[in-house]
Amino acid sequence: MPRRLFVGFCLVPLGIVVLAFFVLPLVRLLQVGASGADGLAAYWAILTTPRYRESLVATLALAIATTLSTLIVATIAGLFLQRNAFPGRSLLIAMLTFPLAFPGVVVGFMIILLAGRLGLVADVARILTGQRLVLAYSASGLFLGYLYFSIPRVILTVMASVEKLDPSLEEAARALGAGPWAVHRDVILPALTPAFVASGAIAFATAMGAFGTAFTLAGRSDVLPMVIYTEFTLNANIPMAAALSFGLGTVTWLALALARSLGGSSVAATG
Amino acid sequence: MKARRLLFVLQAAFTILIAAFLIVPAVMSMVAGVTTNYAKGVSSGLTSAWIFQVWDLYADTIGRSILIALATLTCTLLIGIPAAYALHTIGGRTGRLIEELITLPLAVPGLAIALALILTYGEFGAFRQSSLFILAGHVVFTLPFMVRSIIAILGAIDVQTLEEGAASLGAPPWRRFVDVVVPNARPGILAGSLMVVTLSLGEFNLTWMLHTPLTKTLPVGLADSYASMRLEVASAYTLIFFIMIVPLLVAMEMIGRRSSKTGLLL
Repeated sequence: MPRRLFVGFCLVPLGIVVLAFFVLPLVRLLQVGASGADGLAAYWAILTTPRYRESLVATLALAIATTLSTLIVATIAGLFLQRNAFPGRSLLIAMLTFPLAFPGVVVGFMIILLAGRLGLVADVARILTGQRLVLAYSASGLFLGYLYFSIPRVILTVMASVEKLDPSLEEAARALGAGPWAVHRDVILPALTPAFVASGAIAFATAMGAFGTAFTLAGRSDVLPMVIYTEFTLNANIPMAAALSFGLGTVTWLALALARSLGGSSVAATG
Repeated sequence: MKARRLLFVLQAAFTILIAAFLIVPAVMSMVAGVTTNYAKGVSSGLTSAWIFQVWDLYADTIGRSILIALATLTCTLLIGIPAAYALHTIGGRTGRLIEELITLPLAVPGLAIALALILTYGEFGAFRQSSLFILAGHVVFTLPFMVRSIIAILGAIDVQTLEEGAASLGAPPWRRFVDVVVPNARPGILAGSLMVVTLSLGEFNLTWMLHTPLTKTLPVGLADSYASMRLEVASAYTLIFFIMIVPLLVAMEMIGRRSSKTGLLL
C-alpha cells in the first residue's frame, strides 16, 4: 500500500466519528433551531425576547466577572509560587490544582458545603453577626463556584509563563531605577499578557457553558445553560432550546477563536 | 527590604487563603462522608455506614462509569492514534484545519452537543436507551485531548528520520506505523489516556442530557444524591469519586513533571 493511501486510511475512523456524532448533529441543531413557529427568527429572539436577553446578559456578566477575578487571583498566587522557594510550596501547588478534575456538579456541592445552610460561612457569620448567611443558592454562590473551577486551570497557565519570563529584562529595569511596582507594571504583566488572553478565554468559555454547577446550586439565577435546560425539559420548546444552544456555542467558540488569533493556544476542558 | 518582606507575607497569606477556599470544602466533604451526624459534628462519631448505603444505592452507576470510561479510552485510542499520525504527517494548512475541526467540541458547551445528539439520534430507540449513546458523546468530547497529546509528542521526536530508517529496511507503511511510530509515541499516548479516563469519569454536562434512568453514570448519580439524599450520603458518594480520580491525577502530575524536564509540553 503506498504511503499516501495509508495516511488517508488512518483518517477514516476519525472522519466517520466526527461527521456522525459532531458535524451532523450540529447541522441538525441549527436546522431545528429554525424549525419553530418563528423560523429563523428564533435566533433573533435570543436578543429580542426579554427573558432570553436578560439571561444572556446575566451569563455574560457572570462569565466576565469570573474571568477577571480568576486572572487577578491566579496572577498573585502564580507569581508568588513561581518566584519563591519555601517549605510546603509543592503541597500548596498540589492543593491549588487538585480541583482540576472535579466535574461541575461536585464543584456545586463544594460551594454548598462552604456556603450552604450547614456551611462554614453560615457558621462563621452566626458567630460574628448572630445571623446565618447562606450564599450558595444566590448569584454570589454561582460566582464562587465558577471561581472554584477556574482558578486551578488559570493558575497552571500563569505559572508556566512566569517560569518562561526572561529575568534579565527585570534586572535591566531594576538597574534603570524601577521599583518593584514599576517592574510589575511595565515588565512582568505585559510579558504575561499572552497567558492572560489564552487562559482568560478558557475561563470565560467554561463559565459561559458551565451547566453542572448551576444545576447543583439550582438557585434563582437564570444562567443561559439553565434556561436551555428548562426550555428543553420543562417547556418542551425544543426549537428555542436548539437556537439558544447554538447561540451559546457560537459565543464560546468566538471567544476561544479570538484568543487564539491573538496568539494564545487555548484548549478548554469543561467538566 | 522591609517592603519586600511585607509583600512576601501578604502574597503568602493570599495564596494560602485561596488554597483553603479550594481544599477546605473538599476536606469537609470527606469528613462528612464518614461522620454519623454532620450537623452535630465529628463528635457524633465516625461511621462507614454512609459508604455502604451509597454502595447499595449507586453501585451500578460506579460500575457503568468505569465501563464507559474504559470503552471511551478504547475508542479514542483506536481512532486517535492513527488520526494523530496522519495529521502530523499531512501537516501544513490541511492538517491544522482538521485539527481545528476536531477540537471544536471543546469550544461548544456539552449541553449544546448533547442536545444536538438527541435531536439527531433520539428516534433510534435502542441506541438512545443504551450506554452506547453516552459513549458516543464521551468519545467526541475526549478525542481532541488524545489526538493533541499524541501530536505534541510526534512533533517533539523526529518521526521522519525514524520512518525513513524503517523504510530503507523495507518496512511497508503499516509496519512503520505499528513498529516505529506507536512505540515512540508512548508517552503522549499514556498522557492522553489518563486525561481521557479522568474526563470521562467526571463528565456531567453531556451525560446528564444523554442518560436514561437505566444508564446513570457516577456524576449523574452524584447530582441525584446532592438533590435528594442527606448530606452525609452525598458526601460519602463524593468521597468514593475522589478516591477514584486521585490516582489518575497523581499519575498525570508525575508524567507532566517528567515531560517538562525533557522539554515536552503535553
